[in-house]
Amino acid sequence: MTDIKPFLQSLLSIPGLSGYEEPACKVIEQQWKPLVDELSVSRLGSLHGLRKAAGSEACPTLMIAAHMDAIGLMVKQIKNGYLHITQVGGVDPRVLPGQAVTVHGRKDIAGIIQMIPDRLLPASKAGKALEHARLFVDTGLDEKELAKQVRIGDLISFSQAPILFDDEYIAGHSLDNRASVAALTICLEELRNYNLKWNLWSVATVQEETTLYGASTSAFQLMPQLGIAVDVTFAKGPGSNDHQTFPLGKGPTLGIGPNIHPALHAHFIKLAQEMDMPYAIEPMPASSGTDAISMQISSSGVPTFVVSIPIRYMHTPVELASLTDIKRVGRLLARFVSQLDNDSFKDLLSGISS
Amino acid sequence: MSTLKKISPPRIGKSQLDLLEKLSNAVSVSGAEDEVRQIVLEQVKPYADEVKQDALGNLLVKRHAQATNPLRVLLAAHMDEVGFMIVDDEGEGVFPFSPVGGIDPRQLAAKPVLVGKERLPGVIGAKPIHLSSPDERHNNYTFSSLRIDVSPANGKKVKVGDLATYATRFSRQGSSLFGKALDDRLGVATLIELLKRDHPDLELLFAFTVQEEVGLRGAQVAAYEFKPDLALVVDSTPAFDFVPETGENTQYNCRLGAGPAIYIADAGTLSDPRLIRFLAATAEKHAIPFQFRQPGGGGTDAGAIHKTGAGIPTVSISIPGRYAHTPILHARVKDWENTLLLLEAALNDINRGILSVDR
Repeated sequence: MTDIKPFLQSLLSIPGLSGYEEPACKVIEQQWKPLVDELSVSRLGSLHGLRKAAGSEACPTLMIAAHMDAIGLMVKQIKNGYLHITQVGGVDPRVLPGQAVTVHGRKDIAGIIQMIPDRLLPASKAGKALEHARLFVDTGLDEKELAKQVRIGDLISFSQAPILFDDEYIAGHSLDNRASVAALTICLEELRNYNLKWNLWSVATVQEETTLYGASTSAFQLMPQLGIAVDVTFAKGPGSNDHQTFPLGKGPTLGIGPNIHPALHAHFIKLAQEMDMPYAIEPMPASSGTDAISMQISSSGVPTFVVSIPIRYMHTPVELASLTDIKRVGRLLARFVSQLDNDSFKDLLSGISS
Repeated sequence: MSTLKKISPPRIGKSQLDLLEKLSNAVSVSGAEDEVRQIVLEQVKPYADEVKQDALGNLLVKRHAQATNPLRVLLAAHMDEVGFMIVDDEGEGVFPFSPVGGIDPRQLAAKPVLVGKERLPGVIGAKPIHLSSPDERHNNYTFSSLRIDVSPANGKKVKVGDLATYATRFSRQGSSLFGKALDDRLGVATLIELLKRDHPDLELLFAFTVQEEVGLRGAQVAAYEFKPDLALVVDSTPAFDFVPETGENTQYNCRLGAGPAIYIADAGTLSDPRLIRFLAATAEKHAIPFQFRQPGGGGTDAGAIHKTGAGIPTVSISIPGRYAHTPILHARVKDWENTLLLLEAALNDINRGILSVDR
């Protein structure tokens, strides 16, 4: 397998906020080109890569979805030479003061997010955590130049560059969910020398962070018999150590719950055990909060599964993941796909005329 | 004599900006100023008559006068910056930390840092928004709730007592400068430029000080050692020049782009009125923009210098900067250049006479 780091680092160095995923799509397209038989872009912008099954007879289709969109910010108002902001996806305003950003105006402009100084705030707000409305972006450009370059609705992305820790861990913005795009890419690389018995659609979906409609529209179009969402989950770390969190660097989490087909859950547990791969079971008592919820209820319904990479500090510009976990997820998916044959999951399949 | 002297004014060009970049990116938290001191040493060596590193780590540099019984002028700028100290080890690469210098913990969540002598990469994390309640998000982060994370891979390389600071890299956009330690590397770079120029009538005493951010300690011993006739302190002061939600901004402290800020009074010093008047008159004479810093809190090395020994007439002059002590400060090239111009003009015009007028 080739080194995944350069690809992942490039994915963590570009914007691609929900609804505006093209920069990420282009990078992924380049990487996937030699790994798939067909590439296309859906009407909403999701990237579809098809690895065709070897034979010519009708065979089932698997869709693996990893969303490529990222959270970020948007210009809400331009006032007194500053940009006021709103969020794209969920951003805790407490991570924003002192943050370096790029404003995607007529050209890319560097900026700093800051807060109104305490001395200029109403007494009830001084010294407190401030909401988005009391934060602003300072670009250093004068009022006139700023008005020329920036419009309401322009995107603002985090400019935090990826950080490598001894080649074992990586931090940056958009590891949610480009860590999973990297894992899916590793899967495709691993499958290069396999003849597949199923068609495999690898999908880099759009708009997961805001609407989940990227996955639902792609699932409708591709009509898979099974669907897998690859996403990130909460790693144990400072301030986050309860039952909703999982060990960092100790393998993927395998979802269980109403959004997960029990047969797929059982199958993935078995696979991980056969591979001697550490894992944790992630209870998802309602929705998985991933693309799997969109796939599950697409058209006549799709049995779905969720495999996740634990990361620390989710939805901040310094999300932190284990590179080993990313590779593990890639290998686990590849093993799953490579073992699919005409007898696999027969009871679950619908819509195949044999 | 100075009015007859032909001055070629100092300017901020590429070499000055390159030096500022190097200084701003260097890591020198109070008490461990080695990296900046090394850069300063290399810069001043070719011009200095005497260079000495004192017991606390100050770099004390002299440029001798050609005249006899010259006026002894101290110029001070601090080399240290705010940062953090690792105070405990929780395992898995996670470390509690305390501030070194005045830092607002609201500025820290989700920022990159550099840790220890190896400058290991680290991040100050933040709880995922999904796991916090809306109520919780109204509460400030505090030092006791934040952690530095160097990842499990590097956890063994960090020790209690190690220092850390922001990992911000210097950058420029238009007329703006962005960097982590512009307070007070702008002052350090200014002193280096002044040191390169000849002022033969003056005994020039340059103090590149340590530990300003934790109590003006370097400045106190430097002033004692140098025993100057007067002192000029070059620092960076916050510009709170925003439009408030209601009413007028009467507490802006100083404004970005309005030129060097001359101190009248801060929490630690009443500037010598003769020096205030002299600096203002010099600026007016040479048509250099300047502003008076609003009297108020805050402080510089002047707080220690002016009360050293039998007392030293002192004034501070600052380059305005937004967002002091946060990961990224914002200053203007023009303010820096005008500060340099004003100080150079002052050194050319200054003489013992300005201390013999009424206060």
